[in-house]
Amino acid sequence: MTKTQKPELTKQEQFIRNHLRHHHQIAFLRTLIFFAVLVLWESSATLGWIDSFFFSSPSRIVRCFLEQLKTNSLIMHVGITLYETIISFLLVILCSLLIATALWYSNHLSEVLEPYLVILNSLPKSALAPLFIVWLGTGMKTIIVAGMSVAIFGSIISLYTGFQQVDSEKITLIYTLGGKKRDAFFKVVLPGSVPTLLSTAKVNIGLALVGVIIGEFLAAKRGLGYLIIYGSQVFQLDMVITSIIILCLIALGFYKFIQLIEHRIRIKFKM
Amino acid sequence: MQNILELRNISYSYHSLHGETKALSNISFGVREGEFVAIVGPSGCGKSTLLSIIAGLLVPEQGTILVNNPDGSLHYPRIGYMLQHDHLFEWRTVYRNMTLGLELHHQLTPEHLALVDRLLEQYGLNKFRDKRPSELSGGMKQRAALIRTLALEPQLLLLDEPFSALDYQTRLFVSSDICRLIRQTGKTMIIITHDLSEAISLADRIIVLSGRPAVVKNELPVSLTLTDDSPLAARNAPEFQQLFNRLWEDMTHDKNTKT
Repeated sequence: MTKTQKPELTKQEQFIRNHLRHHHQIAFLRTLIFFAVLVLWESSATLGWIDSFFFSSPSRIVRCFLEQLKTNSLIMHVGITLYETIISFLLVILCSLLIATALWYSNHLSEVLEPYLVILNSLPKSALAPLFIVWLGTGMKTIIVAGMSVAIFGSIISLYTGFQQVDSEKITLIYTLGGKKRDAFFKVVLPGSVPTLLSTAKVNIGLALVGVIIGEFLAAKRGLGYLIIYGSQVFQLDMVITSIIILCLIALGFYKFIQLIEHRIRIKFKM
Repeated sequence: MQNILELRNISYSYHSLHGETKALSNISFGVREGEFVAIVGPSGCGKSTLLSIIAGLLVPEQGTILVNNPDGSLHYPRIGYMLQHDHLFEWRTVYRNMTLGLELHHQLTPEHLALVDRLLEQYGLNKFRDKRPSELSGGMKQRAALIRTLALEPQLLLLDEPFSALDYQTRLFVSSDICRLIRQTGKTMIIITHDLSEAISLADRIIVLSGRPAVVKNELPVSLTLTDDSPLAARNAPEFQQLFNRLWEDMTHDKNTKT
């Protein structure tokens, strides 16, 4: 092989080339794993290494998905789960912002409530679900509350911690300029906590989904959680696995959505 | 000239469950109008506490501060306070950082904003008004912080080691730059520093505090023969070394200071 006549690359061009190569490699390996799993799964099912009645297979999942689209109202189930998750997520963000603000305003309140928050946060929230059913019935209300219960206490704690970590000298600055405590909150603490708020949101959207699915397991006639329970009861494991895969996609979608908002805000505030 | 502000026997202690820590003990001194006073002392001696008391952020346990305005009025002078860091908010533009004080006082009126615009122009920051603070150099950030302070038209400026976060070279330029700008406004200034040469080169009078609990150890008037107005001019003045040695003496021969 003869050496090409191409001019030597500059260090900068080399750097960019290496950078791109690295990214292509990562993307390639990710795709490879995805297809390898698909092929392995499908062939194990076809060759009889696993029983596709219990373990399903990619082709059965696609078939099930298309059937469900036609006959059953899959879109309705997905829509219900999405709706419940988004509502409970928004309520979690709103409530935890309000409560964390109250805790920040009053040291008394935060000191008094601290042990209760810690206990409620470490309590397995699924234990509360039966209570919600008794109190609120088996409707959407129960499921939204179940979704909130999983995320809210952790959210309050991390927002409040974020509020407290704002540089105290910046708050002093507000006082030296003649501001009051509410100015310190609205001009420093709240805008300074936007990164905390975003990372809390990222965690909470996932937790809200967990809570909603738990709720649907126990108290729903609609939604992906219901579909999973129903599928396992009638031994339609294709339906169960299809629902789980849709859940994966929903979780990914939510995460990407928050990431997009985060990116927008970072650009806007050049953070 | 008369003292516009006079501290009389100011004492202050911090309290905790482990006991009482006396920070200031019987501090008395006066500040004349238009004067630059530097307060030096060993670290942790309560300099910042003293400044917070003058600013009204802390209430002294004992002692009084007398106000003596030239026009005979009795209102406490409006205070401008500059902290150790510029604390410009990254989520605001440079301009909106400068108008923060006016915003807090609900004074975003055309005449107040005109002052901000004039200072922006004068301090060469006009083309950075819509930028973010992180795009400014260290010196420009300090100028921006100064505009934020001056926008409220304070009569007395308090500077709490305002240049200590800067590297040495920048610090030499910025400290003389900022103090020159403040001199132009004719305002009174009290600056805290632990840098003796900074105190000598910037102030008209230096008040030396002892270690905790702080008492006034000495008051030294500064008058330097200056050849030009470069940051190094004061340090090259013939009187500089002598003053420095006296301050050094005062600071190190202190039974309260552990070195």
